[in-house]
Amino acid sequence: MITITVDGREHEIREGQNLLQAVLNLGYDLPYFCWHPALGSVGACRQCAVKQFRDADDTEGMIIMACMTPVSDGLLISIDDPEAVEFRTAVIGWLMTNHPHDCPVCDEGGECHLQDMTVMTGHNQRSHRFNKRTFLNQDLGPFLNHEMNRCIHCYRCVRFYRDYAGGTDFNVFGSRNRTYFGRVKDGTLESPFSGNLAEICPTGVFTDKTEKAHYTRKWDLQTAPSLCTLCGLGCNTLPGERLGTLRRIRNRYHGEINRYFLCDRGRFGYGFVNSPRRIRHPVLRQTTTSQKVIVSAERAIDHVAGLLAEGATIGIGSPTASLEANHALRSLVGAENFLVGIDAGEAEMLRIVVATLGAGPARPPSLRDIERADAVLILGEDPTNTAPMLDLAVRQSVLNVPLERARKLGVPHWNDAVNRLVVNNERGPLFVATPAPTALDKLASGVCRAAPEDIAHLGFAIAKIIDPGSPTPGDLPHRIALLAGPVAEALRKSTTPVIITGTGSGTVATLQAAATLVRALGAVNPGAALCLVVPDCNTVGVGLFGAHDLSHAAPAAARGEIANAIVLEPDLSRRGRNHALTAVLDNVSHVVVLDHLDGPATDRAELVLPAATYAESGGTMVNNEGRAQRFFQVFVPEGEVRASWRWLQQIGERLLGPEAMPWGGSDDVAKDLARELPVFGPIADLMPVPTHRPRRRVPRQSHRVTGRTSVNAYLQIREPRPPDDGESPLAYSMEGSPLEPPAGLITRYWSPGWNSVQALNRFQEEIGGTLRGGDPGIRLIEPRPPDEVSPNRDEPARFTPRSDEWLLVPLNHLYGSERLSLETPGVAEQAPAPYVALNPDDGDRLGAGPGDSVVVEIEDRTLELPLKIEPGLPLGCAGLPEGLSGLSDLPAGRWARLRRMP
Amino acid sequence: MTAETPLTAGIQANGDVLSLNRYEDMGGYQAFRTALREMTPSEVIETVKASGLRGRGGAGFPTGMKWSFVPKRNGDTGRRYLVANGDEMEPGTFKDRLLIEGNPHQLIEGVLLAAYAMEADFGYVFIRWAYRDSFLRLRHAAAEARAAGYIGEDIFGSGFNLEFHVHVSAGRYMCGEETALLTSLQGGRANPRSKPPFPPVAGLYGKPTIIQNIETLCNVPHIVRNGAEWYRNLGLTEESGTKLYGVSGKVNRPGIYELPMGTPIREIIEQHAGGMKDGLRLRGFLPGGASTPFLLDEHLDLPMDFNHIANAGSRLGTGTMIILDDSTCPVGMLANMEHFYAQESCGWCTPCREGLPWVEKTLTAIEKGEGQEDDLGILEDHCKLLGPGYTFCALAPGAADPLASALRFFREDFEAHITGRGCPWGSGGRY
Repeated sequence: MITITVDGREHEIREGQNLLQAVLNLGYDLPYFCWHPALGSVGACRQCAVKQFRDADDTEGMIIMACMTPVSDGLLISIDDPEAVEFRTAVIGWLMTNHPHDCPVCDEGGECHLQDMTVMTGHNQRSHRFNKRTFLNQDLGPFLNHEMNRCIHCYRCVRFYRDYAGGTDFNVFGSRNRTYFGRVKDGTLESPFSGNLAEICPTGVFTDKTEKAHYTRKWDLQTAPSLCTLCGLGCNTLPGERLGTLRRIRNRYHGEINRYFLCDRGRFGYGFVNSPRRIRHPVLRQTTTSQKVIVSAERAIDHVAGLLAEGATIGIGSPTASLEANHALRSLVGAENFLVGIDAGEAEMLRIVVATLGAGPARPPSLRDIERADAVLILGEDPTNTAPMLDLAVRQSVLNVPLERARKLGVPHWNDAVNRLVVNNERGPLFVATPAPTALDKLASGVCRAAPEDIAHLGFAIAKIIDPGSPTPGDLPHRIALLAGPVAEALRKSTTPVIITGTGSGTVATLQAAATLVRALGAVNPGAALCLVVPDCNTVGVGLFGAHDLSHAAPAAARGEIANAIVLEPDLSRRGRNHALTAVLDNVSHVVVLDHLDGPATDRAELVLPAATYAESGGTMVNNEGRAQRFFQVFVPEGEVRASWRWLQQIGERLLGPEAMPWGGSDDVAKDLARELPVFGPIADLMPVPTHRPRRRVPRQSHRVTGRTSVNAYLQIREPRPPDDGESPLAYSMEGSPLEPPAGLITRYWSPGWNSVQALNRFQEEIGGTLRGGDPGIRLIEPRPPDEVSPNRDEPARFTPRSDEWLLVPLNHLYGSERLSLETPGVAEQAPAPYVALNPDDGDRLGAGPGDSVVVEIEDRTLELPLKIEPGLPLGCAGLPEGLSGLSDLPAGRWARLRRMP
Repeated sequence: MTAETPLTAGIQANGDVLSLNRYEDMGGYQAFRTALREMTPSEVIETVKASGLRGRGGAGFPTGMKWSFVPKRNGDTGRRYLVANGDEMEPGTFKDRLLIEGNPHQLIEGVLLAAYAMEADFGYVFIRWAYRDSFLRLRHAAAEARAAGYIGEDIFGSGFNLEFHVHVSAGRYMCGEETALLTSLQGGRANPRSKPPFPPVAGLYGKPTIIQNIETLCNVPHIVRNGAEWYRNLGLTEESGTKLYGVSGKVNRPGIYELPMGTPIREIIEQHAGGMKDGLRLRGFLPGGASTPFLLDEHLDLPMDFNHIANAGSRLGTGTMIILDDSTCPVGMLANMEHFYAQESCGWCTPCREGLPWVEKTLTAIEKGEGQEDDLGILEDHCKLLGPGYTFCALAPGAADPLASALRFFREDFEAHITGRGCPWGSGGRY
C-alpha cells in the first residue's frame, strides 16, 4: 500500500494502478473519456487532467493526465486546482465545438457519458462561433446506428473493435478533426461483439438500432438483474422493459464472467420476448374438431389435472428452462417419470461434462480465468459460434505471454498503446484443433483440421507425451501427430493452461480426450483447467438432476404405456433432440406443452400453456462452469403468461391439494429443490429475502421514471397499484433504495452525477474487480482431488473415411444455431441458408461444385441442399449447420450418403 | 582562412549526386572502416559524446548520450534498429533534402557508424514521399554501398551486420515526432505514443531503437574521422560543429548555408542570404522553422545556437529561419501557419485536434475583417491550453509558440484588423 494526497486528503491505496482509476476508486469525480477499465489508458482525450505538485513547497505544480500517471508513494495532486479545472472545462469546450446539440433526439440522451462529463466540468457557455464539421453516416447493419457528427474522437470504439475484439472491418480513417470511425463502406459489422460499441461509445455515435424501433429513455426503463439464455456461459444482463415491451438488453457486470461486454446474439437476440408469435393464453385443441381454442387458465389447469389423474404421465424437462421449472415438473410427475428433453448422444456428452466438471485439480475456469491463461488448446469446439464470449476471452489470453516483455520493460499493465506496440504481432500459445476453420485460427500458433475422432486422438496423444501413463492413442495421420509435441510442450511450460472443448463437435470422444488430457496435465501443472462448452443456458443445471434422456421413455411410449407427456420448452431445432422427442410424442396420446412461441412444437400439443420467458419470470440457471445464478423477473407479462413452475404448481395443487407444492415464489421452489437434491444445496443461499418494507426494496424503475400517473389515464384516472412482487426484494416501482443494493440485485447503474453505464465504477469493490460484496452466483461443483477421479481409458475409434458415406460434423453459426434469437429482426437475415459443406476434393468426388444441389440421405430420408465448398474440412467429413430450420428433420444419424442432384 | 564545411563539401553546385567513387576519393567511408577495424562500439559512442554533437532535428538532445541509453548487447541477439528521420516537414526547412540529394553516401556512412555504435542490425531511412529525388538517389547509393561491401552481413569480416532499407512514407508532419514515426514505420497510424519507455529501450516493434535526424547522422563520419576535438573547435560558441542554416522569406539569396555553429544571425541574414530585398524591413523572424517563437531585429546579433536562442525565448529548432518583412501581414502569416498545423494534427488528442481548427478559423476571421472583440482572448487561451503537458505531443505547443509570440510582438496589428474590420495590408484573407 502507498499513500497519495488528493486536495489535502491522504489516502492509502494499492500500487500498480493509474491515478485516474485510483481517484475514481476513492470516490472522487474526475471526468474522463478515452480510458476504459477493460481497455486501459492511452491519454488521448486529455479530460482527466489534474495538477501534480513536487512537494508541499511547490505552489506551481504541473498539469498531468491522471490516466497516464502511475500512482507512487507520496504523490501529491489536486483535482480542484483552478488551472486543472480550467483545462478540463476547456477540453469539453473543444469537444463541443463540433458535437451537435441534439440531445433531445439522441438515443444516448439521459445515459450519455458526454452529458455527465459536461455537467461535471461545468462547461455551459459556447464561445466557438464557427460552423460545426459534419460527416456522412454509414449503414452498419441491423444492430447499430451510426451518427458520426456526435463523435468526440475518444478512440474507444476502434480500440475495442480491433484491438480488444479482433474485428477487422471497422477502423479509424483520416486525420485531424476529420478523423472518421467506421467501415471502408456501408455494410453490416462483422464482429460478433459489435453491439458493445453502443456501451463503449461515450456518446451517441453508436446506438442500439433494435431499441430504436421501440425507443425508451434509460430513466423510463424497468430493469432487473437477469441472465442471457442464448448460450451456456450465463452472461449477466440488464434487460429493460416499458409498457409490456422488452426494449433492449444491456450488459450487467460480473467480474468472473462477461465483465464489461456481451456478444451480439445475447444483446440483440431478445426479439422473441416481443414476438407476435408469443403464446399469451392457454390454447386447447378440441379432440373432436382439432380446432384450437383459447381457454381460461382455470380450464387449462383442470384439463391437465384431469389427464394426470387418468393415465401414466412423463415430464420432459428442458435445458433452456430454469431449475425451478424443471424441479416443478419433476415434482409434479415424480422423479422416476422426469426426463430431460435431449437425445441419448447428447445425454452421454452431458454425463461426461458433469463428471468432468468436478474432476480436479483445478476448477473449471471462468471467462476471467481464461483471459488470464497463458496457453490455450481448443479441441473440437468453435467457441465463436457456440459460446461467443469465450472467443473474446481467448483473444485476451494470447496477449499474456508477449505482454511479459512489456512487464520487463516496466510498462504498466494499463498502458494500452505501449503494451500493444511492444506485443506487436506476437501471440502466446493457442492451438485450435477443429473439423472446420474457426475465427480464432488467425491468432493460433498451431491449427489442425481433422474429424472429431482424430481430434480426440490428438488429445490422447498430447496426454501421452505429458504423462506416459495415459492411454496410448492409435496411429494418427502424420500432419495431426506433428502438432502433439509442440502443444504438449506449450501446455507443460505454461502456468495457467486452459483446454477448451465441449459438446459442439457432437461427439463424446473429444470430451473424453480433453478429460484425460487435463488429468495428465494437472499432475505436472496444477494450474491446468478444462473449460467445457455446453449448448444451453441451463444444460449443466438439468445435467445435475441426473435424470434420464428421451431415449429412456421411447420403448415404453412405443408400447403405448405412456398416456400423457408434459413438455417444457421443447426444442425441435436440433436433429438429435427433434428425433428423440418425436419418437416419444408420436406415441403419447396427450401432449401438454409449456412454451413461449407458437411453432412446430406447439402444433403437436393438445394443450399449450403460455410460459413466461426469462424476462417475465425469476429463477436459477447453472452455467457451463457449474455456477448457479439467479435471474429476476423484469416485468409482469400481459395475458395469462405465467412462469412454467407456477403452471405446474397450480396443476399439482388441483390434482393433489394445496399442500402438494406449497410454494409462494420461485425462491420457495429453489429451496425445495435444494432440500431434495443435495447437489443443489448451495442455491438456497442465493435467495434474497423478499421484503414488503418499501424502503428496503430495490426499485426496478428509476427515480426519474415518467408518466406513472398518466400512461394509463386514458383507461382509468386513478393511478394503478404497482404489481406486487412477492418473491424478491425488487419492486415494480420507483420507490425504494436504488443506491447500494447487494451485487445480485443491481437493477441499474446510476450514481449521482453518473447517468451513463460508467456509473458501474461506483458498484465495484475496485474498478474492474468484483462487485461490492462479491460477484453474485455460487459454484455448485467443486473439484475433487485428482486421485478420486477415475481416468477414462476408453479409446475412441479412429476416423476412417468411407467410400460411399460422409461423416456429418455439426457446424455452428452465431446466428442460426440458436433458435430463439432468430426471432429478432436482423438476426434471421444474418443466419446462413441451409447448406451442406465438403472439402473441394470430396466435392470433385461427387462431381459437384459450389452451389450445386447435393442430396443428403440418411436411412430413408433425403434432403436436397446446396453445396458449400469448405477447404478446411477434412476428407470424408461433411459439414451440416446446426439448428437451421429445415435441417432438423433429417434423422440424427452421423453418417450420410451424398450424391449430386443430376 | 575559409571556414570548414564538412557536411556540404561533397555537394556539387550543379546539383548532381556525389557518386560512391568520388565520395571515397574524398575520404568517404574511411571513418566507418576505421571504426570497424579499430574502435569498439563504446568508443564510437564516447567519441560522439566528446564531440558535443547535439541533434539537428530541433530538440538538440546530445547525440552520444542518447546512444548510450541503448542497453549493451551482452549476448542479446534480438533486433535493434537505427532509424534516420528524413520526414523533413517543418515549414521553411529543406536542409536534409540537400544532404540526401547531394551526398547520400555521407548519410549511409552516418547510419552505418551509428548502427555500429548502438549494435543495431537494421537501419531504416524514413523519407517523405515528396522527396522523390532523395529517395531515388539514396536507393541508388545504397545499392552501390551494398555492392562495395559496406552494407550486408559480416561487413569487411568484422562480424558486424546491417540490413538497410529506405522507407518512403505517406508524409505527415506528425511523422517528425519520433514515436509517431516509429508507429507509422511499423504500419500503424502516425499517432504519438507515451514515453517511457523511450525508443532506445523499446522503439520499433518494441525493440531498442535510435532515431536521428539526417543532418545529425551526416556529422558522424566527420567526427569519427577527424576526432571530437576538431569538431568541437568548429563551433564559434560553446556548441560544436557546423550547422546548416536556412533563410527563407523576402531576402535576396534565400537558401541553405553551412556555417560554424554560433554564427551571428545578422551575418547569416545579411552576409550569406544577401539581406532584405530592396525597400523591405525585417520585422521579425522564426529562427528554427514555423514552430519556433518569433524573434525581433533586436536579436540579430545573437549567435545562432541552441543555448543563445533558447535564452532569447525561442528555439534553434532546425536552424532554418523564416523572415517576416514589413510588407507581409503577420496575421495572415499566422493564419497560414495555423492552417498548416490544424491540417497536420494527427487527430489523437483533443486540444490539438479541436483547438487548432478553432485557432485557424479565428485568425482567418480576423484577417478577413470579421474579427470580434474577444477573439484575441480566445487565441491567448489557446496559447496557454495548447502548451506542453496539456497536449499529448509537441505538435500543438509548436503551433502555439509562434502565435503567442506574435500576439505579444505584433499585437497592434491584430487589434488593427479587428477595429478596422480588415487587413491593413489588404490581403483580406488571401495570405
